[in-house]
Amino acid sequence: MPDTPTKTYDLLLRRRSTLIIAAVGAAVLGGGLTLVLWPWIKPLLSAQSTFSILLMVAGIGILLSAFAICTLAERKIAGFVQDRRGPNRVGFWGLFQPVADGLKFLLKEDFIPARADRPVFLLAPCIALVVSLLGFAIIPWAGEIHWPWMPAGHTVSTQVASINVGVLYLLATGSLSVYAVVLAGWASNNKYAHFGGLRATAQMLSYEVPLGLGLLCVLLACGTLRLEEIVQQQAASGVWNVFLHPLAFLLVLISTFAETNRTPFDLAEAEQELVGGFHTEYSSMKFAMFFIGEYTHMITASALMVALFFGGWAPLPFGGFLADSTAWGWALVKFGIYAGKVSLFIGFFMLIRWTIPRFRFDQLMRLAWKGLVPIGMAMVVGSGVLVALERERNVFWSLVVNVALLSAALGVARLSKQEITGRQANMPEIEVGPV
Amino acid sequence: MSENTQLLVFGLLALLVLALFAGIALLSEKPVETFVFYVFAGAMVLSSAAIVFSKNIVRSATWLLGTLGSAAGLFLLLSANYLAAIQLIVYAGGILILIVFGVMLTAKNPFLGFAARPRELLIAGVVGVVLFAGLVSVMFAGPWPQVPNATPSSEVAPVHAIGTALLTTYLVPFEIVSVLLLAVMIGAAYLARPEKR
Repeated sequence: MPDTPTKTYDLLLRRRSTLIIAAVGAAVLGGGLTLVLWPWIKPLLSAQSTFSILLMVAGIGILLSAFAICTLAERKIAGFVQDRRGPNRVGFWGLFQPVADGLKFLLKEDFIPARADRPVFLLAPCIALVVSLLGFAIIPWAGEIHWPWMPAGHTVSTQVASINVGVLYLLATGSLSVYAVVLAGWASNNKYAHFGGLRATAQMLSYEVPLGLGLLCVLLACGTLRLEEIVQQQAASGVWNVFLHPLAFLLVLISTFAETNRTPFDLAEAEQELVGGFHTEYSSMKFAMFFIGEYTHMITASALMVALFFGGWAPLPFGGFLADSTAWGWALVKFGIYAGKVSLFIGFFMLIRWTIPRFRFDQLMRLAWKGLVPIGMAMVVGSGVLVALERERNVFWSLVVNVALLSAALGVARLSKQEITGRQANMPEIEVGPV
Repeated sequence: MSENTQLLVFGLLALLVLALFAGIALLSEKPVETFVFYVFAGAMVLSSAAIVFSKNIVRSATWLLGTLGSAAGLFLLLSANYLAAIQLIVYAGGILILIVFGVMLTAKNPFLGFAARPRELLIAGVVGVVLFAGLVSVMFAGPWPQVPNATPSSEVAPVHAIGTALLTTYLVPFEIVSVLLLAVMIGAAYLARPEKR
């Protein structure tokens, strides 16, 4: 039998000792090189720019694996809520389901409709993925960190970039993500996709207003736009912002659901009405890119809310036991706390998806413009008054203002007798036929 | 030409342009900044030209996104982070509206193109030439003050300074603009209210 090159290769791979020798060799070579080059590597690793690049690379890897875990978690949670088992065929407890899904996405036919606008059709999933990865750059995962090899007193920040307009940057990148949906809907040359895209436009424009107002309340009180400073303030004063601004948190939470296109605000895809909405015509990896974008957006938005309202890496709501140390062990603990809070938020997002049904479009618009925007404006005025009186970090006065505003809003809603989610006045009566 | 060849040609062209930019940048004093400047400026010029020459209104709007995004990139390069973020936030919504209007105006056939009449071409050409001449004359006539090493400190909060300026020095223009916007909003609400039955 002739020994073909493939056969040799197969044999080499199959012989376990070859593999072990190769692995040990690579490890020894890598370790030796690192040891020899250590004097040159050390200053490089101490610089913020190198650390930022490493963080970027790690971040993309972490986000993509988080996406895989999220898809599994979403289906498991769906199974839990609907009292069934969820995926459990692939691997132990269905743990390899994401791998199977990923393979399926890669191997499916990559289809582009004949009458679609080809370049825009290809551009849309790229926008979805890129824009959602951008926001990751300013999340302060663990504050300042001091590695053992650094000169004393020298630290690097665990942010890719610390920019002075941090929250505005997140808003800007977040508002760009709607283009993916709109352009996908338009370029597909499909009526259902088209409707999905147009719905997404109106939804995004409307919910950006309450989102901005809610963020403004917190930013007014904090006096800075840098996320790491906001987290630092909460860790230092020991009071999470959610206790100072519960209403603002509610506004931001609701608007975030709308911004990330999650149920009950997923009118752009509404599978019962619009087949699949904007992604009807997408298949294979392009479809997956939309969903990587959506989950990444969700992770970034949760991280933003944790930083703004839930004290980032501060472990306890009222005064923490965590020493404000920059040692790398503590930084890992901080990162664990931050990531734990973010995953709690993501679990909440998923639980809501299987709990609350989708809004009708007019209900969606009315909730934003007649419900959230007026409350948000009143909240901004209230926060402004508190800041002017220098009571912005006082839990008692903040809560008084919040409760007063909430009761005023409820009173107005009761007096106007117009249910905020009911049927609009100018709509025809529903004709009830014989049951 | 098959699609793969087309993509290959595009990719090679882009690489060539990038290499050209890198060459120019290496000759200057600050190579990295110069390179990034040329990338953003090139993207801006390309997408601006594409806005004018594309015959489809939604594609024009998409190219506009490229132009405004590159402008934001140039602002970032000048350490004007706040301007860059505001550029994206404000114009992102604006272009979205433009796309919606484009879609609605071409509702009968979503891929309908523009067709300019000769007279319109003439008027547009004259306006364009006059504007361009004005810009060029200003470019050569006006003084271009150069401040060496004038890097704005990224530590000072620009939002604070801008907010203070808006509510003190420029209070009257600010208020006039807000009244104008209020009038526009009332008008829009009036037009959009439901018909009385």
